[in-house]
Amino acid sequence: MGVFPRRRLAAVALAAATALLATAGCGGDQPAEGGPVTLTVDVFGQMGYAELYKEYMAAHPDVKIVERGTGGNLDEYSPKLTQWLAAGKGAGDVVAIEEGLLVEYKANPQNFVNLLDHGAADLRGNFLDWKWEQGLTADGKQLIGLGTDVGGMAMCYRKDLFAKAGLPTERDAVSKLWPTWRDYIATGERFKAADTGASFLDSATNIFNTILLQTAGNAQGYHYYDTGDNLVVESNPAVKQAWDTTMDILDSGLSGRYGSWSEEWVSAFKQAKFATIACPAWMTGVIEGNAGPAAKGRWDIAQVPGNGGNWGGSFLAVPKQSRHRAEAIELAKFLTSAKGQIGAFEAKGPLPSNPQALDDPAIADSKNPYFSDAPVGKIFAAGARSLKPVYMGPKNQAVRTEVENAVRTVDLGQRDPQQGWNDAVANARKAAAK
Amino acid sequence: MSVQLDARPPTPAARRTTRPPRAFRLSRLDERYSPYLYVAPFFVLFGVFGAYPLIYTFWVSLHDWDLLGTEHPFVGAENYTRLMADPDFWHSVVNTLGIFVLSTVPQLLAALWLASLLNRQLRARTSWRMAVLVPNITSTAAVAIVFGVLFGRQFGMVNWLLDLVGVGAVDWKANRFASWVAISAMVDWRWTGYNALIFLAAMQAVPRDLYESAAIDGAGRTRQFWSITVPLLKPTIIFAVIVSTIGGLQLFTEPRMFHSGTNPIRGGPLRESQTMTMYMFENAFAPHYNFGYGSAVAWLLFALIAIVAALNVVLLRRLGGTDRPVQARRSRKERPR
Repeated sequence: MGVFPRRRLAAVALAAATALLATAGCGGDQPAEGGPVTLTVDVFGQMGYAELYKEYMAAHPDVKIVERGTGGNLDEYSPKLTQWLAAGKGAGDVVAIEEGLLVEYKANPQNFVNLLDHGAADLRGNFLDWKWEQGLTADGKQLIGLGTDVGGMAMCYRKDLFAKAGLPTERDAVSKLWPTWRDYIATGERFKAADTGASFLDSATNIFNTILLQTAGNAQGYHYYDTGDNLVVESNPAVKQAWDTTMDILDSGLSGRYGSWSEEWVSAFKQAKFATIACPAWMTGVIEGNAGPAAKGRWDIAQVPGNGGNWGGSFLAVPKQSRHRAEAIELAKFLTSAKGQIGAFEAKGPLPSNPQALDDPAIADSKNPYFSDAPVGKIFAAGARSLKPVYMGPKNQAVRTEVENAVRTVDLGQRDPQQGWNDAVANARKAAAK
Repeated sequence: MSVQLDARPPTPAARRTTRPPRAFRLSRLDERYSPYLYVAPFFVLFGVFGAYPLIYTFWVSLHDWDLLGTEHPFVGAENYTRLMADPDFWHSVVNTLGIFVLSTVPQLLAALWLASLLNRQLRARTSWRMAVLVPNITSTAAVAIVFGVLFGRQFGMVNWLLDLVGVGAVDWKANRFASWVAISAMVDWRWTGYNALIFLAAMQAVPRDLYESAAIDGAGRTRQFWSITVPLLKPTIIFAVIVSTIGGLQLFTEPRMFHSGTNPIRGGPLRESQTMTMYMFENAFAPHYNFGYGSAVAWLLFALIAIVAALNVVLLRRLGGTDRPVQARRSRKERPR
């Protein structure tokens, strides 16, 4: 009989076990006094810290920094981090938290060091106001995370495919093609008619998120939950408007149906199977990683249709379980300083949330060689100070998952738009109640 | 199986004749209690890694247990009653059973067939026998990722092959039955050889004289297989079925790694191949972090495995007719056949 529960446990805790094994081999056990300290930094995606670590270690010879999770998917990172926090063991000394997940962590702030107790209050001026506010708990007494980046929006496109379709390829001309989402669809129809063998955009979910965050930011400033934490998926006109626009895009047959972040999606990047992708600042690093060096100079960046918007952006926090809190806090402060944010931007493109960094010529005049020397500083940083954030409610992640999935079922032709919308509303309600 | 009846430890005779000296009392203690010590490692390990998590999971399932929360109010059976009315849960039960049947039945039949092939006189027999085990020693995650790519909608090799023979492309990840087939293929690729070796071991224990007398009576190879091999293999088949049941109903890594992209834990946009363990994970961890609800799923999974395993045993008993004990006195040199 012994085999039943043991095997079952193995299934339940598959990821947890891996996490434990991983941590067993990690640093953090060194005595704090005297000897060198190893700080583990947990990240997802491309934060662009490699050079900054080197610099920091050179200035602090007693500190060694190890980064885990580089290039990873947020969907895999979030449950792992939550398990580490729940288990009281395993998390890095500094952890990256995406804004959507931060909302859930704020409900249980006891897992994190209150950075206000460690001199962070003086740093307030280093961040855009709303970015600073996002890191605070509802009562404003605890600061969980220091902001890293914000997700100012643009539209990335492949010049070679545009040329093949007879569309303009120069970025200002391309920006003029689509002042609104209607125009974006019209351009897509022209692209499709040219029959290049590629689709106009990758898939429905990225574009849906972009439109939604833009629409909601420009309207009432919330999407799935209102600021009183009531679920408003069904009644919020911003959600419905973003849904309808996305459905129009799908109706025109513009989507390549490459599920975002899947292996097919990555392959489609490599094989130039789609021409445009909604492009928050952090996406530029992802595109470069997925499309690879062979596509250097084939991509470019134009303005996003509609008007502005913010998608994503992260924070650095120090879990209470860290054995080297003081050192970890110092490192987090360094990485989120103007200097740290400029360094990250230069390496992988995440747009600073630090006003001084945004003003810095290193950002304002910067160009991205991968994207045909596009003036990324001008494109992204220009709008960054006027970004309109979107409020996120308590079960934001679960609700967003359901709505995004409903979008995907329509994208794949499994549901018609009306059924999809009904699913989105019903499943969001169910998820919020769980 | 012959049992060695004289394997008991020798009992000390004449215990009461003299007043026991101190050393003797110690040895009596030793004799009485040390057997418990010898078996203790298993029970301690079972207690720590088996019984304790089992009971703790049940305890958690009676609470509203937010993974990160500090307070866990007791809610009694509420998680279970909600689960009973949860269509997504029953959807995952059907998926699990569907994938289980689709993978286990062909797997065990193929294993039986492979074993009987390997049981014949073959050139390089040991290498063949080793070879069937090779898929089993590869990493599940690696297998699942490779199969996930093979079964890709647009860039997958399977669809390319289908296209060559004029069959339209299948969206393996967003079609319920197709995803079951793909995942079953993965499971079978990995486990058929393993079961074949277990069957092979049992086949080699079948006494050869039975086949000889059957051959004298005019029974052909097929008849011998179904009338001698299969009935005598019944205990092994029951074992293999139960182990496959446990493994099949707990399927997690294969379907989870088969899907990539956002929310792979759903097993497809409409939960096409979300198994019970995946549903448990979805609820206990991201995005719901509802540990109580997830634990309730775990317990129902446990109940389901127990029920299906019991059903299998009953079914196999019925199918195989009466139990025929092996009364063979086989000499070692007869093996392998």
